Amino acid sequence: MTDATAEGPRPARAHHGSLLVKDARTKARNAAETRFRLYGAIAVGIAVVALVGLLSSILYNGASAFRQTFITLNVYLDPDVLDKNGNRNVEEISKVSTFGYAPLIEAAFETAFENPEIGIEGVTASDAEDLISKEAAAQLRRYVLANPGEIGQTVEFEFLANGRIDGYYKGRVTMQSAERDSNVSPEQLQLADQLKAAGLLSTHFNWDFLTLADASENRPEAAGLGVAIIGSLYMMLVVLVLSLPIGVATSIYLEEFAPKNWFTDIIEVNIANLAAVPSIVFGILGLAIFINFAGLPQSAPIVGGLVLTLMTLPTIIIATRASLKAVPPSIRDAALGVGASKMQSVFHHVLPLAMPGILTGTIIGLAQALGETAPLLLIGMVAFVRDFPAAPPEGLFDPAAALPVQVYNWTQRADPAFTERASGAIIVLLVFLLFMNAVAILLRRRFERRW
Amino acid sequence: MNDQRLIQRDATMSETKISARGVNVYYGDTHAIKDVDVDIRDRMVTAFIGPSGCGKSTFLRCINRMNDTIESCRVEGKITIDDEDIYDRKVDPVQLRAKVGMVFQKPNPFPKSIYDNVAYGPRIHGLARNKAELDEIVESALKRAAIWKEVKDRLSAPGTGLSGGQQQRLCIARAVATAPEVLLMDEPCSALDPIATAQVEELIDELRQNFSVVIVTHSMQQAARVSQRTAFFHLGHLVEFGETGEIFTNPKDKRTESYITGRIG
Repeated sequence: MTDATAEGPRPARAHHGSLLVKDARTKARNAAETRFRLYGAIAVGIAVVALVGLLSSILYNGASAFRQTFITLNVYLDPDVLDKNGNRNVEEISKVSTFGYAPLIEAAFETAFENPEIGIEGVTASDAEDLISKEAAAQLRRYVLANPGEIGQTVEFEFLANGRIDGYYKGRVTMQSAERDSNVSPEQLQLADQLKAAGLLSTHFNWDFLTLADASENRPEAAGLGVAIIGSLYMMLVVLVLSLPIGVATSIYLEEFAPKNWFTDIIEVNIANLAAVPSIVFGILGLAIFINFAGLPQSAPIVGGLVLTLMTLPTIIIATRASLKAVPPSIRDAALGVGASKMQSVFHHVLPLAMPGILTGTIIGLAQALGETAPLLLIGMVAFVRDFPAAPPEGLFDPAAALPVQVYNWTQRADPAFTERASGAIIVLLVFLLFMNAVAILLRRRFERRW
Repeated sequence: MNDQRLIQRDATMSETKISARGVNVYYGDTHAIKDVDVDIRDRMVTAFIGPSGCGKSTFLRCINRMNDTIESCRVEGKITIDDEDIYDRKVDPVQLRAKVGMVFQKPNPFPKSIYDNVAYGPRIHGLARNKAELDEIVESALKRAAIWKEVKDRLSAPGTGLSGGQQQRLCIARAVATAPEVLLMDEPCSALDPIATAQVEELIDELRQNFSVVIVTHSMQQAARVSQRTAFFHLGHLVEFGETGEIFTNPKDKRTESYITGRIG
């Protein structure tokens, strides 16, 4: 070996200059590196600016959705209107529709006008009633039906203010715009200011936004996310219950047990393809199979859940297979070496080690499903739903809305008050997603083990 | 190397435990093991030596059918343990592996506690009827693997937290705990430092009293130190097989001599 190299001509000794002076190549190399770092920093900067811009715009538009203007009134529950026979029979009381309650509110305003500081010329009690949400009569009626014993007494109520009045205190409505607006007059706004000065009108946190059902076009102030949140939770429940076991079982079988042949190759390629299928295609599939063929009800969380399960499965399968692959083969050898069966080695050793990855994949899949809109539009989840679905499992078949669809729905409506609510709904959706990601990180930390 | 000591070894008084006849192993199109015949005796350490890629590990993995897990691997020929063909259709490899324990090249404890590492085998094979018996098995296995003193106070600590040498001895304890009859060791010291290697070698010599030990090693010194019989593999052939002293001092084959003197390999 050494003989061969000794015979050849010696290469000329390379001449290096001083180490204190950078040569041209080194300079060029360093410059390239500096440029690359700069590109990287710029890219990250753009991403951060975009994210901050997006979040701040949503927060700016949506944060006010969580606060709402309320008007406090003392309402005399007039027995002559509510209970003509005077026997406090709930069935008879319930015959009085919400239209019957409107005069009570009007009367309550008349009482309020007895205060010398309240009252604008030209604004009657009937005009003043428009300050209050159309929802107020229903609220009053619910209260009376629940407490029929209080008929004949004067009870203090906190009513939602009309969307325009609410908008006035959120800067959406001004005196100038009120002049051109058929729904609200500057005088009404002045009255609202007086009510505020008298302490009858206040703006505070509004739980109803999270608990109430959607409301119709002309009462944005009463629209809430309750049904949408429940619908989304139900769907996530269906997705989790179906896609986690199916996805994990599929991955374990494909990764650890299935023979490697053309058939499993085809399955593998198709799973990868399925992950790239546009979500609306799954919606059409759901419409054709679950609703038209299987006859499941429209707008039901069960159908939404099934469609989203189909969508989530590839994500979970791919994540699970990746984390199964990442378990070192030495662990499998060790288990097989002490005489564990294939299944024991997988379930006792490989699966626990893959667990953090599986859970992370599942939660990311769920988060994706939570924000998915397109397939839900096709299976009728876009419908206007006022009634809360029952508790599961029956409730899974009741009509419900979903958070992203509710956002889509509200952005379609004309009243600008709905823009604020759509942004508010996006905030709720983002909070859910953040929560899920936090859980994913937490679970990964908890289950992560070194080997 | 102390040649005197080697020759003095008594390596004849034992019966055949494992017998291989005409074993051929293929990985796809690669012919890895070519027509190997070998008889491994009971209660004795047999070393497989040879250059890298000569098939010694492959052959070792045939003895407990670990090659079954490799899709492209095909084994022909006959290997018997106690005169039973281990490649018989009726043989369940899981049962076989309880009888033939294995220690791997890289220490690979489970990411569980030291106790659970050792107790896993006995648990899945139902060797203990209650906790006390299991404790006993774990303790005796750890003692046999000469690691009991170091870990007895921290049995619930993770096995992965031990040093490399301790991990390997833990793996030996794990293999011993299932009460195997044969112990296969695939280069058990290659990832260890000299001190840990010396500890494991000492241990192998002690294990000989209860098990047939087959060890694959790259180190000829190690083979000479721990084994009674040595097999030299080259390019898939079993070139020479005999008493360790004989192989190292008086090799019959030219290739064995070349390898031992360091001319090939």
